[in-house]
Amino acid sequence: MLNSSYMDRIRVLVAKPGLDGHDRGAKVIARALRDAGMEVIYTGLRQTPEMIVNAALQEDVQVIGLSILSGAHNAIVPRVMELLREKGMDDVLVMVGGIIPDEDAAELKKLGVAAVFQPGASLEEIVDFIRSSVKQTA
Amino acid sequence: MKLMAKPTGTTTAPDRRTLSGIPIEPFYGPEHIQGLDIPPPGEFPYTRGIHRDMYRGRLWTMRQFSGFATPEETNRRYLYLLRQGQTGLSVAFDLPTLMGYDADHAASEGEVGKCGVSICSLQDMEILFRDIPLSDVTVSMTINSPAPVIWAMYLAVGEKQGVDWSRMSGTLQNDILKEYIAQKEYIYPPRPSMRLVTDVIEYSTQHVPRFNPISISGYHIREAGSTAVQELAFTLRDGIEYVDWALERGLPVDSFAPRLSFFFNSHNDFFEEIAKFRAARKIWAETMRDRYNTKDEKSWKLRTHAQTAGCSLTWQQPYNNIVRTTLQALAAVLGGTQSLHTNSLDEAYALPSEHAVTIALRTQQVMAYESGVPNAPDPLGGSYFIESLTAEVEKRAKDYIRRIDEMGGMIPAIERGFPQTEIANASYEYQHTIETGEQKIVGVNAFVEQNEDPIELLQIDASAQGHQLAKLAKLKAERDNQTVQTTLDALKRVAEGKENTMPYILDAVRAYATVGEICEAFRSVFGSYTETSVL
Repeated sequence: MLNSSYMDRIRVLVAKPGLDGHDRGAKVIARALRDAGMEVIYTGLRQTPEMIVNAALQEDVQVIGLSILSGAHNAIVPRVMELLREKGMDDVLVMVGGIIPDEDAAELKKLGVAAVFQPGASLEEIVDFIRSSVKQTA
Repeated sequence: MKLMAKPTGTTTAPDRRTLSGIPIEPFYGPEHIQGLDIPPPGEFPYTRGIHRDMYRGRLWTMRQFSGFATPEETNRRYLYLLRQGQTGLSVAFDLPTLMGYDADHAASEGEVGKCGVSICSLQDMEILFRDIPLSDVTVSMTINSPAPVIWAMYLAVGEKQGVDWSRMSGTLQNDILKEYIAQKEYIYPPRPSMRLVTDVIEYSTQHVPRFNPISISGYHIREAGSTAVQELAFTLRDGIEYVDWALERGLPVDSFAPRLSFFFNSHNDFFEEIAKFRAARKIWAETMRDRYNTKDEKSWKLRTHAQTAGCSLTWQQPYNNIVRTTLQALAAVLGGTQSLHTNSLDEAYALPSEHAVTIALRTQQVMAYESGVPNAPDPLGGSYFIESLTAEVEKRAKDYIRRIDEMGGMIPAIERGFPQTEIANASYEYQHTIETGEQKIVGVNAFVEQNEDPIELLQIDASAQGHQLAKLAKLKAERDNQTVQTTLDALKRVAEGKENTMPYILDAVRAYATVGEICEAFRSVFGSYTETSVL
């Protein structure tokens, strides 16, 4: 029987896809989400979309946060969304953070990305977004 | 709602502190520098500068870090920058190249040419330096794990241009320790990587004596979120580690020490940054003379490049970034840097547009020719504040260096996550000050504008990848693959032993073995490295 504190904790996977090794933002966010009471798993660097979706499945997360500063988001994110669809994980909330131009952000949202956080986004904004968007299972 | 747990160590006292946390007195006077002995510029320990005349004799090199898409396009940008008055080149490679992958590797999908120029083989390096005489132009290359491979290609291009290696100058970043600490572009584990770094240092002392085989870097450590004190301490302690390894190799210290070079960040806290550069020279000079007993005064002089802080530039109101970059450039110049890169206003968006990089270059030119700042070496020398701050930064950095010594050196420190933890904590604490508004960032959490006009950006699309793939396929079909394989086999054999790998890398490179093939050969012998993440 799951206790209520487990039910209340939103589970988040913070991931660094692709070759990009700039992890300062991902690590600060992972730590801040933990401090905000969420269960956070940080994947570490150089994850493929397959590795990320598998980790999300295994860890049973409600949210995936992708941190991409390398400009490779247009190749990586659609692949993640495709894999989530294939595995029937459409209810997982996907957020992307990093260097994402406005036009690309609009395209990513069309693919089902729930939010794109560009440089300067506040941690409060991100936490509030997750809290208000995640559907808690009964 | 409590958003971030208040990190330990932050203060709510209404005092003033530098970004590193050094308390700033209400004012500074002669009592703060009583008894301080401040030798002139050009004299040990070079706190005031490594040359007597500094910029009166020669201006800092204006060296804009640059590279994107294909070597053809980057070559055009280099020729443009040289025509605009840049005085040295600096190559930015894309992530596949940095990580030792060719454009046709699965891991390179979507990444080719996005963060820098794609270089797969000697052919690409030849294109990169077309119409650029390597006898006259110095080139800095920001490459780490594949550094020996890229350097071999650079030397081979020089050969093809008919330039004697004894005349070639430039810099190779080749600083693997900071990859484990901060930039994370490692491929192999630390010890084999240090062997490769030392191979380059050894080979350069013997064959390319005017070349700087390493650029011991703090820039990336700072960008990862460290304080100025940590940046200084970890960089200099990395330097000590490289000296120890070169000595272990049997190289006489004065044979390589004069060519060790450095690379620091120039960040927001104006006076602290100036103090950091000054303290860097003092600590290094004393270390080289007293810890290593070097006799050649060239071994005592810390020569450095500086880059203004990319992480401080904002997405919001990007034109403000011109102002930030100007202040940071000024700090580096007042700090006595030998070489400088100024960031472009579109730093938070994309690689620099031609328009943005021109403004960044002009910033240096205005500073050099109109401001009068170069006319007096170390103009802030003797300032009550600057001298106090220099002494305090020095003291705190030396404390860190001592702690790392006690851990057994930088590699043990990295293995136990020490610098990584310091950086993670510093970056988290800094973010906290922004979240609470204690640290105002203009345009981001203060003086925010609701509707901003978009700016023109450099576009890098998938055609760069397509172009590189086609070229690579053609190269692989046309080169002598038998010879390539022979060179790679020889390389693997040498990697397993103790010989210097450089001659074998050069053979492979001349046969048009690719970056990916050579790095894979090393990977098959050395293995790959996976870090234990520290949040």
